[in-house]
Amino acid sequence: MGRLDGKAAIITGAASGIGRATAVRFAGEGAAIVIADLNAEGGEASVRDCKENGGRAVFQKTNVALEEEIKAMVARAVKEFGRLDIIYNNAGIGGAVGPLEQITVEDWDRSQAVLLRGVFLGIKHSVPEMRKAGGGSIISTASIAGIRGFNGLHAYCAAKAGVVNLTRSASLEFAKDRIRVNCICPGGINTPILHRNMPGVKEAMEQWMAHGQPIQRAGHPEDIANMALFLASDDSEWVTGQAMVVDGGLTVGSQFLDQTAGGERPQTGIVPQGFMGPSFEK
Amino acid sequence: MGKLDGKVAVITGAASGIGRASAIRFAGEGAAVVIADLNSEGGEAAVRDCKEHGGRAVFQKTDVASEPEVKGLVDRAVKEFGRLDVIFNNAGLGGAVGTIEEITGDNWDRTLAILLKSVFLGMKYSVPEMRKLGGGSIISTASVAGLAGGRGPHAYSAAKAAVVNLTRSVALEVGKDRIRVNCICPGGINTPLIYNRLPGGRQVGEQFLAQLQAIPRAGHAEDIAAMALFLASDDSEWVTGQAMVVDGGLTAGGRLFGQDQQQRPTIPGGFAGPSFEKN
Repeated sequence: MGRLDGKAAIITGAASGIGRATAVRFAGEGAAIVIADLNAEGGEASVRDCKENGGRAVFQKTNVALEEEIKAMVARAVKEFGRLDIIYNNAGIGGAVGPLEQITVEDWDRSQAVLLRGVFLGIKHSVPEMRKAGGGSIISTASIAGIRGFNGLHAYCAAKAGVVNLTRSASLEFAKDRIRVNCICPGGINTPILHRNMPGVKEAMEQWMAHGQPIQRAGHPEDIANMALFLASDDSEWVTGQAMVVDGGLTVGSQFLDQTAGGERPQTGIVPQGFMGPSFEK
Repeated sequence: MGKLDGKVAVITGAASGIGRASAIRFAGEGAAVVIADLNSEGGEAAVRDCKEHGGRAVFQKTDVASEPEVKGLVDRAVKEFGRLDVIFNNAGLGGAVGTIEEITGDNWDRTLAILLKSVFLGMKYSVPEMRKLGGGSIISTASVAGLAGGRGPHAYSAAKAAVVNLTRSVALEVGKDRIRVNCICPGGINTPLIYNRLPGGRQVGEQFLAQLQAIPRAGHAEDIAAMALFLASDDSEWVTGQAMVVDGGLTAGGRLFGQDQQQRPTIPGGFAGPSFEKN
């Protein structure tokens, strides 16, 4: 018996990366899925992947920044599967990057439209359908860049922080309808948004990213898909308004003085083992 | 196929409440479980519950504030089941209650020993066994009272905040060993720890706790058990150092002006011991 048997889900950005891995995971747990993406070729491939994992799936070409297209996407889910239980607002881009003074207003607006307005629209248009179903689960991809600053990612950081706090405020409004609203903050995940499907780059990224956090391997789309499954399933029935961090420990802290996060302790001898007494003791 | 097939778990405070619900859930997913508690009667009942759910389980009477007993607990898991994959440091109590001036030094120390030193000891003695296996999952019960003031008694709040940050610092140290360290911050869960001390008991607890947070029902031990299962399973292989909040939206925010008036039952002051003790 699957953990999502009988449920219908929409996943945006599901033609690749986190969205695709999540679609495959959801399908394996019995969900019917609308694969939404701008990328039709990848989207159709995801549909095939879902079917191979025993689920039902359809592709809906969608620009998440456009209200009409989000409305059509929700309508498609209801038309195909008769209901909507889960929406995973996942589609994303890097957006405007680089020094703040060089960011054009047009690039700023495009970034916010995809990363933040896309989530707002997904929530807005899925809530009425979930109310009819007597409850539901709204999940969005935020980022550790929504809870920390990262130099050169200004528009992305601002938008993702917006997603985190929109998650909280929306969770308060829809709790009485048994609609839960949560987001996931991935750390460094080796997806096509980074490696661009360029030959050899995925493998090189895998090695480089392994050293970015205490757990010494790169993050994979499946790590996020697992959390999305928890949030989509009834196991998280009393979880709402949360930003779930899945980052291999990246944002947990940094080791002080002569300890290196996740690595061997260099023998500098600055911090002794044992017990550090008051400063006046030798 | 269970999500914890072949894994061995120690759960402290497993004679009742969150610990017992987690033991049952883990057992149903194929884990062998060591039920640790001071309460032998409840512990043996939890063992029977686990067996009914198809799992293996043994009871080990344990005072989690005692170093030899925590060491004995880990040894028992290895002796019975040959390995240790998961420890859930869950045992707790309300501890010292009252204003800061009323709390005695002794009650402060007892509270911190049970709520904080116990977690340190659980980590200290389980890490070597997990290293032998090439990884493991350490889970502790913290609280929403560990994230902000006003959600619990002073000593409890301080101890739970310490559990949250001990979780983070240890996560950094043992990440390279593929040992993950996370905690759970429950909101208002209707367990014996709470309803045994409420006039009116479980039913009043259910009504009172339903009003506290955005989702209009009390939290149940099973809500925390579901998160503990996620953290214990390989599904959370890349999750470490986290304080997972399961609170029905309590800490997501609130109204800007004018909180809803709630009918708060009076909770007696003094020292709130373990849930199996009667006042």
